[in-house]
Amino acid sequence: MFLINCPYCGERDQSEFSAGGEAHIVRPKQPTELSDDQWAEFLFMRKNIKGIQLERWNHAHGCRKWFNMVRDTSNDKIHAVYKMGEKPPIK
Amino acid sequence: MNKNLRTTNSNFIDQTSRISFKFDGKTLYGFKGDTLASALLANDIHLVGRSFKYHRPRGIMTCGSEEPNAIVQLGNDLSMTEPNTRATEIELYEGLEATSQNCWPSVNFDIGAINNFLSPFLPAAFYYKTFMWPASFWKKYEYFIRKSAGLGKSPTKPDKDIYDHRYLHCDVLIVGGGISGIIAAKIAAQNNLNTVLLDDKNNLGGTTIFQDNECFKINNSYSNEWLKKEIESLNSFKNLTIKKRTTLAAYHSYNYLLARENLTDHLSLDEKKNKIRQRLWKIRAKKVIIASGAMERPLIFNNNDRPGIILSTSIKKYIDYYGVKCGQKISLFTNNDTAYETAISLNKSGVSVNSVIDIRDKSNSAIVKEAEKLGIKIYWKHTVVNTSGYKRINSIELMKLSDDGTAVVENKTKEECDCLGISGGWTPRVHLFTQSGGKLKFIDKDNIFLPDKSVSEQISIGSCNGDFELDDVIKNSIKSIKNFLNINSSDYENLKINCSKETDKKNIWLLPSNKPLGKTKPFLDFQNDSTAKDVKLALREGFKSIEHVKRYTTTGMGTDQGKLSNMHALGIIAETAEVKMSELGTTTFRPPYTPLTFGAIVGRNVGEFFDITRRTPIHEWHVEQKAEFENVGQWKRAWYYPKSKETMYEAVQRESKAARDSAGILDASTLGKIDIQGSDASEFLNRVYTNAWSKLEIGKCRYGLMLNEDGMVYDDGVTTRLGENHYIMTTTTGGAANVLSKLEDYLQTEWPELDVYLTSVTDNYATVSICGPNSKKILSKVIPDLDLSDKEFPHMSFKNALINNIKCRVMRISFTGEHSYEINIQSNYGKSLWEKCIEAGNEFNITPYGTEAMHLLRAEKGFIIAGQDTDGTMTPVDLQMDWIISKKKYDFIGKRSLYRSDTIREDRKQLVGLLTDDPKEVLEEGAQIVAEAKKKPVEMLGHVTSSYFSPNLNKSIALAVVVNGKKLKGQKMFVPMENKTINVTITDTVFLDKENKRLNA
Ligand SMILES: [Zn+2]
Repeated sequence: MFLINCPYCGERDQSEFSAGGEAHIVRPKQPTELSDDQWAEFLFMRKNIKGIQLERWNHAHGCRKWFNMVRDTSNDKIHAVYKMGEKPPIK
Repeated sequence: MNKNLRTTNSNFIDQTSRISFKFDGKTLYGFKGDTLASALLANDIHLVGRSFKYHRPRGIMTCGSEEPNAIVQLGNDLSMTEPNTRATEIELYEGLEATSQNCWPSVNFDIGAINNFLSPFLPAAFYYKTFMWPASFWKKYEYFIRKSAGLGKSPTKPDKDIYDHRYLHCDVLIVGGGISGIIAAKIAAQNNLNTVLLDDKNNLGGTTIFQDNECFKINNSYSNEWLKKEIESLNSFKNLTIKKRTTLAAYHSYNYLLARENLTDHLSLDEKKNKIRQRLWKIRAKKVIIASGAMERPLIFNNNDRPGIILSTSIKKYIDYYGVKCGQKISLFTNNDTAYETAISLNKSGVSVNSVIDIRDKSNSAIVKEAEKLGIKIYWKHTVVNTSGYKRINSIELMKLSDDGTAVVENKTKEECDCLGISGGWTPRVHLFTQSGGKLKFIDKDNIFLPDKSVSEQISIGSCNGDFELDDVIKNSIKSIKNFLNINSSDYENLKINCSKETDKKNIWLLPSNKPLGKTKPFLDFQNDSTAKDVKLALREGFKSIEHVKRYTTTGMGTDQGKLSNMHALGIIAETAEVKMSELGTTTFRPPYTPLTFGAIVGRNVGEFFDITRRTPIHEWHVEQKAEFENVGQWKRAWYYPKSKETMYEAVQRESKAARDSAGILDASTLGKIDIQGSDASEFLNRVYTNAWSKLEIGKCRYGLMLNEDGMVYDDGVTTRLGENHYIMTTTTGGAANVLSKLEDYLQTEWPELDVYLTSVTDNYATVSICGPNSKKILSKVIPDLDLSDKEFPHMSFKNALINNIKCRVMRISFTGEHSYEINIQSNYGKSLWEKCIEAGNEFNITPYGTEAMHLLRAEKGFIIAGQDTDGTMTPVDLQMDWIISKKKYDFIGKRSLYRSDTIREDRKQLVGLLTDDPKEVLEEGAQIVAEAKKKPVEMLGHVTSSYFSPNLNKSIALAVVVNGKKLKGQKMFVPMENKTINVTITDTVFLDKENKRLNA
């Protein structure tokens, strides 16, 4: 059970949050100009990394804000949280 | 049975307060402070159960939570009885009743024991291999297996006990109140840290508290005396909480831990009443110190499972702590120094020790010398090769070990005994460490796994970290604690410690025998009856992974999770497969550490508190009218309103007819309502719905369909433009929360540039829907000032109105196809508005209808219900709702997916209507649709999604999804049922009023 540092509220129990999958997948601005394959890439393809992963999280039972997280999936260590629109704080 | 098996020298048992209890129906006596196990042993009862597979007699083997054999059924009340409890953990209380498990008709005469004689035919996975073929026979076999196997009996009535959950936050959590845990607690508390110490026993002190031996001294006191004073000194700290009888059940990431505190299990039946039985603590600790100790290992040799074979330190605890002699002629069998402490304790208490059989060549440690001085006979380099005694051990056979330890040599020696103490060394309890995500390392020298890399703020100290000698335990613990808590000095800087140190080590996982392995029964998992043979067989049959061997042989899969012998199983596998233990790894230790009651897990969340129940503001009225309710998500919705003896069918037919004949009224308060404001609100709606919204006039309503990005229908509802930058969106009842979070997701992450604000107002408004040809007349009575003419207030428009000076919003929208209105009013006026409408509608026979009639009415019109007629695989095109997809809009959620190669396929399943040839025949929802009645096997072309008997059309109607359905209009199809085949015809989805005349009737 993680202890998650919501960028807006501070440290809260994981039960207040919901996970939203891989971060930094931008919805194409002009979907109609994409081929089926390009659209499928956006729609279906997600990484499942063992190690450092950038993820979306929502403070669903709190401020309802979405934010991003840098998490090591191999040991669940949360290295950083950052707001939507910000660059990941690691390379 | 007049043997006096009690000594008088125990400080932990109150021999002045006698307790009576029942075991297998017989009344027995024990003392306050006893466990059920110690009291049984004091009554000379060793045989307490039968093993799972062979039904072999089994006795008490340990004194703690790792007990594999002495598991009993506690209590006989149908709601309170508890199976699979460990006699070694149950504190004795007045009125306790326990019975043996897994035996029938009784523990002394057990029919299932025939399996023991059949055991050559019952190897590993016997059940799987034999009874799985032919598959149809399994049902028969299972009946007999279940009857003779199975552990305890589950209670059959609801649990009457009270359970509780609480949160706990602390700086330091210490798990285990042995000597290292006590030292940790004192250091942490002295440094003003908010400290919590947990121990699963009723007394602190671990094994040191009964280590009453000249060889172990701290500051010139006996180690137990020193520790006793340390424990007493803990009482002075206000920042230290000590919880006894509390088992750490689970250790999750980020130092989130669950502990179960037993509050009343040790009290008499009278004292238990009306008290919380168990409390589950949800702990978040900044730092965790694991001091969970180690478990003594058994030794693996032929017939090592007889009643009377007990771990040596348990024998020591029974004599030194409980004052109970486990026997009167005790032999000890060991590969390490531990058994000598037991021998000395027994000797001091006047119990005759036959001998110590030691597989080692020699030992020069102080404790061994002390035993020799007392005249205790030691067989060096010997092993036990067999034991005798069916219900209680009565003799052992020992032989000399060969130099390499792989065989036995010379002649057998027989030794009579009534108890055999065994010690195979120690296994650190690393379970909690691994649960937290920590990785283990294997230490070849000691044949143990120890904590290696940790991922949490934690340390392991004492014997769970591999320190087994008293001086190492104390010194290394102090060093680790100071380092972990950033403390420079402690009270314990210059302790003078004297202790015996082990000088020689030897370990043999599977001891050699004079018989071939196939003829012996060296038990590994005592509860599940798996032997060393079974493990070797699994390897021969090609199982390589430890996880597979475990499941194939069921080693370690009992209620004790194989705590005792997992290491031996690993050792034997490693030896046989010739791999290193470090490469083999361990099986996963999963929480809970010991079984948890369901009561502790659910706490107070039972009955009406199991889940949130949402009720509309009009709910009480429905209850008064004796409505039947339907659960829709967390909502209770009126399902139908049966009159006197009406069946559900009759009520729904009556309600549906009345709504079209005159007037119906529906509580629609549960529909999701989202208030949308902001200068980009129209643009936002353009992006989330498939149709266009920019041109919707203020005061007008529009139906919208929302897709997922994959093009599949997600939700639908009517949205009304209240102002230039203000809309109110309705969603399905079940979808409200998900729609809001989906919209928030897009706003926050994809379109942060949009000036839009979303607020859930579902609970803020009650919604009363009036439909039918007389709805207009009724509404004009309720709101006389409102101009209801079609010109002023047409279909799909909205008006603000006042009812008794209360503001409300009236929408002229329809989900039934009738002329109808929805009135939204502040929730707390909902019921009075409803009653006002009923009163006004009385003269028109206004009829309240529930969700079932609502579903029927909309089906007559072919309106979909998202989630019933759609299932996440239907596009709007599949639903024949092409008209709602804007061709002009550049983009909306899911648009691009509507022309993916998959979604433009013509042979997708499409929504159609179905009419049965026999108009009285009502199809079952979910029934399959096929094109050919007789063909086998036949292709399933689709299924029925909605089906009703329509009272307004006087025939059966249905909606269905069918492959290529759009093109099949007029086609005959078949719905095969269990006993008959129903002939149907594919039709249009709209069954009633195709021209929508009724909307303006
Ligand atoms: Zn927050």
